[in-house]
Amino acid sequence: MIEVSRLSKRYNGNHGIRDVSLTIGKGAITSFIGPNGAGKSTLLSVISRLLPMDEGTVRIGGMDVSKSDSRELAKVVSILKQSNHLNVKLTVGELVEFGRFPHSAGRLNAEDRRQVDEAIRYMELEELRGKHLDNLSGGQRQRAFIAMVLAQDTEYILLDEPLNNLDLKHSVQMMKVLRRLTDELGKTIVLVLHDINFAAAYSDSIVALKDGRVARHGAADEMIDPAVLQGIYDIDIPVHELGGRKVCVYFR
Amino acid sequence: MSDKRKLLLLAIVAIALIALFMTIEANGIWEYVLPRRAKKIAAIVLTGTAISVSTVVFQTLTNNKILTPSLIGLDSLYLLLQTAIVFLFGSTTLTAMNKNVQFGISTIVMVGFAGILYKLLFMRKGSGTIYFLLLVGIICGSFFSSISEFMKMLLDPNEFMVVQDKMFASFNNVNGDILILAALAALAAIGFFYRDLKFLDVLALGREHAVNLGVPYDRVSKRLLVFTALMVSVSTALVGPITFLGFLVANVAYRLMGTFKHSVVLPATSLISFVALIGGQLIVERVFTFSTSLSVILNFAGGIYFLYLLLKENRS
Repeated sequence: MIEVSRLSKRYNGNHGIRDVSLTIGKGAITSFIGPNGAGKSTLLSVISRLLPMDEGTVRIGGMDVSKSDSRELAKVVSILKQSNHLNVKLTVGELVEFGRFPHSAGRLNAEDRRQVDEAIRYMELEELRGKHLDNLSGGQRQRAFIAMVLAQDTEYILLDEPLNNLDLKHSVQMMKVLRRLTDELGKTIVLVLHDINFAAAYSDSIVALKDGRVARHGAADEMIDPAVLQGIYDIDIPVHELGGRKVCVYFR
Repeated sequence: MSDKRKLLLLAIVAIALIALFMTIEANGIWEYVLPRRAKKIAAIVLTGTAISVSTVVFQTLTNNKILTPSLIGLDSLYLLLQTAIVFLFGSTTLTAMNKNVQFGISTIVMVGFAGILYKLLFMRKGSGTIYFLLLVGIICGSFFSSISEFMKMLLDPNEFMVVQDKMFASFNNVNGDILILAALAALAAIGFFYRDLKFLDVLALGREHAVNLGVPYDRVSKRLLVFTALMVSVSTALVGPITFLGFLVANVAYRLMGTFKHSVVLPATSLISFVALIGGQLIVERVFTFSTSLSVILNFAGGIYFLYLLLKENRS
């Protein structure tokens, strides 16, 4: 369980997020949605200790994020941001091996290698394993980074816009992989998503943010509602029922 | 070729150069030649290691392969100190001053300055502290350079010659006592910061990945910056400003080894610096018969390499 209580973060006087309190359930996919500048990425960064908080507390699986040992936290929670530019030249395999650093501190044992192989197989990267990241497409790189996070083998996985750079096919594959991780391995996954239809189709619950506050938090089904969405995005978003699924049509 | 074989090859070249340097044109007067040359080799090994390691660590921390630790402003401070002594007390004071005292003063002033910078650094919280430090370092560095330039303008030409001599690194008159002192300081620094070095590979991925992978980023990066400053101070106080060498050998090492692993890059960089320094020193002594200084040769070669890198990066 991730418990966020009265969390605030300011940038040069402006509020990134203010007074956010939130409980994210275990073994489920939770998506953060909301307009640009609503504080989705900021909230994710503060939860994952990438940004220090100004006020409030975050507890992940009972560990206080601002007080716990960083290495112990790294065995419990992993975070992947949306821009992943590297200044070093790495192969896919080498990148994924970095995921084992919290467990092995750089010296891989048999168990570490097994986890690396498994993560690479899970993301279908076997053929690209020896390739340098610079030579991959955006989508392939994205999958390689997700594989690193999988190799880290944490109970909680936080992803900032994991569908960035991915085409339709790979977006669907990515969401299916994440779904499998929760259903089969019981992982708790928190995502920032821009496409509310993806959020609707794969999440268990959705947190809507607006102006740095939680506008609404509920099960995916109840959040995909014209009135709720209107309140979040300030535009009309008709919701249609298609094949038993709710689909938002916001294109025009 | 595997990393180990490349390292072995570099080690062989370095040792061969050392052997050549020790024995060339000795004319049989070994008791005189060997200890003097051994002292130079020791100074070269010490400075080469200090500059190489500090440069690689600094570049990893800043995630930038064309920076050198001279950005912190330590070199300019050293030059300012030398200029100020000549300006205020005259060149005879500088040349007659006890070498130990001179080394002590230089080291204390540089480490003291680094201490003040880090005091600032530790007061600031959150991300971007490294860039803040660089900014302060650049400003202080330019300030020190301007003041020493101003003093040089007012100097008597003869006095200026003495200062100019100090502007270039030289291994020609290294003092034995100082060498031992500097070696002890460098070893102590490496020992004290050794456990932070294992984080370097992860730090190269950048702050966010490092934090995600459980590196206590703020503490480790600050400690490593202190380490860098110590190494630069020791080597600069020993032979003069020579950080450009670090840039040169670090980039040659990255290219040659083609790996990100610091357990390979750090020894490779050090070995390449030995080759560059001993080779350069041989050229200075045997080809130019001491009519030029080692830094001039290194800066010439390094400058050409730097331009080459710029042009190449520009094209890709």
